[in-house]
Amino acid sequence: MAEIHLPPTLIPLFADLPRRVDVEARTVAEALDRLEERWPGLRDRLCEPGPRLRRHIHVYADGERAGLETALGGRVRVDVIAAISGG
Amino acid sequence: MPGTLLLIGTRKGLFVLEEGLDGRDWSIRGPLCESWPVYHAVYDGSSGSIYAAAASEWHGSAVWRSADLGETWQLSSEGLGYEDGAGRKVSKVSTLAAGHGRVLVGVEAPGIFQSTDGGVTWTLLTTLAGQPGSELWDDPANQPPGHLGVSAIMLDGDDPARFWAIVQGVGLFETGDGAATWTPRNRGLRADWPRPHEEVGFCVHRLVRSPADGSRMYQQNHVGVHRSDDGGRSWSEITDGLPSEFGFAAAAHPHDRDTFYVIPLDPGHARCMPEGRAAVWRTRDAGGSWERLDRGLPQRDAHLGVLRAAMAIDDRDVPGLYFGTSTGQVYASRDEGDTWQEIADYLPPIWSVEVAAVG
Repeated sequence: MAEIHLPPTLIPLFADLPRRVDVEARTVAEALDRLEERWPGLRDRLCEPGPRLRRHIHVYADGERAGLETALGGRVRVDVIAAISGG
Repeated sequence: MPGTLLLIGTRKGLFVLEEGLDGRDWSIRGPLCESWPVYHAVYDGSSGSIYAAAASEWHGSAVWRSADLGETWQLSSEGLGYEDGAGRKVSKVSTLAAGHGRVLVGVEAPGIFQSTDGGVTWTLLTTLAGQPGSELWDDPANQPPGHLGVSAIMLDGDDPARFWAIVQGVGLFETGDGAATWTPRNRGLRADWPRPHEEVGFCVHRLVRSPADGSRMYQQNHVGVHRSDDGGRSWSEITDGLPSEFGFAAAAHPHDRDTFYVIPLDPGHARCMPEGRAAVWRTRDAGGSWERLDRGLPQRDAHLGVLRAAMAIDDRDVPGLYFGTSTGQVYASRDEGDTWQEIADYLPPIWSVEVAAVG
């Protein structure tokens, strides 16, 4: 079970999307697949064609910088951060 | 009686200005679209929907839509991207056009996407492939500041298959077959720089067409203001009499084909109205002469910039004009530009202004 923590900028874009979502997933990409199933269009807000994470979307798995292929073993906290934007 | 609605796209969201009953007091709603940068927003009179082209630094490009004049919003980018491996990506959605039961959005890298389901899903309509030099449009070495993109789309009111598109720094193109083929429409334009291809390499900032006569077009170019009397097939320069050949915004009078407006700017780094004195310029004789319109506009220390999509004109008998500045003011004239009133201030930097009659 992965515990996904989403950035506040994402919440108003999708109906009933909470800040924290628990999903069963082996990788970050799979975790995003599960979110996409429940909130269509969500993956596009975090990924660009490739697919790869958008430039200013950073993902951390248990505090370590992660990519889409990063394995999620056991219970992992996944933080999705909207990082770096000017004023 | 229809009310006047202004859609103001800014660096920090969309704002909607609504005219009061007395025609003077304007209410402001916003920021809308979650304060995403909104490059352009349009009202589709046939569906009653507002569409806003936006690009978030974090969450990418999307088109927002509202079916209730901005009270509630949804966004979508489904299909609004080039195929994986195509070597190009949609970095920005720049401009919208709605009509004939569809919505078109112009994007960067250059392309136009279409939605026929009210902005829920999108499909790629064209990349203008095959135009002279288009194979180099995606080369980073060829990118001007701001990068290349489709910066404007202008529909034909009668013929759904005909429309015009501006590719930033490349020129104006026309299609008569729904974007299957395109023809450059830059003959007679001036360019003060080397161009590898005869028909392209022009910097068209803003194109407008006279609602009174479809063969009459005007454009504010990087170098000069130009007029066409044959629907864009040829152009002649009408800059003489203006304080600067440079500017972005333009508007064509809805009822008089010879009346046209521009906002000349300092062509250097400032790109503001010259000498800190705000003015709109009007010709009533198709560019034969120009008059400065500044009553009600600030005439001292007013270093105002107005971008390409940030002036609009309505279609009243005596039309109203509206423009928004890079420093967050909105000015309105209810008498064809003769006098002006500031109707909003302290907004974020303004990228676009569109006007609609609703209700």
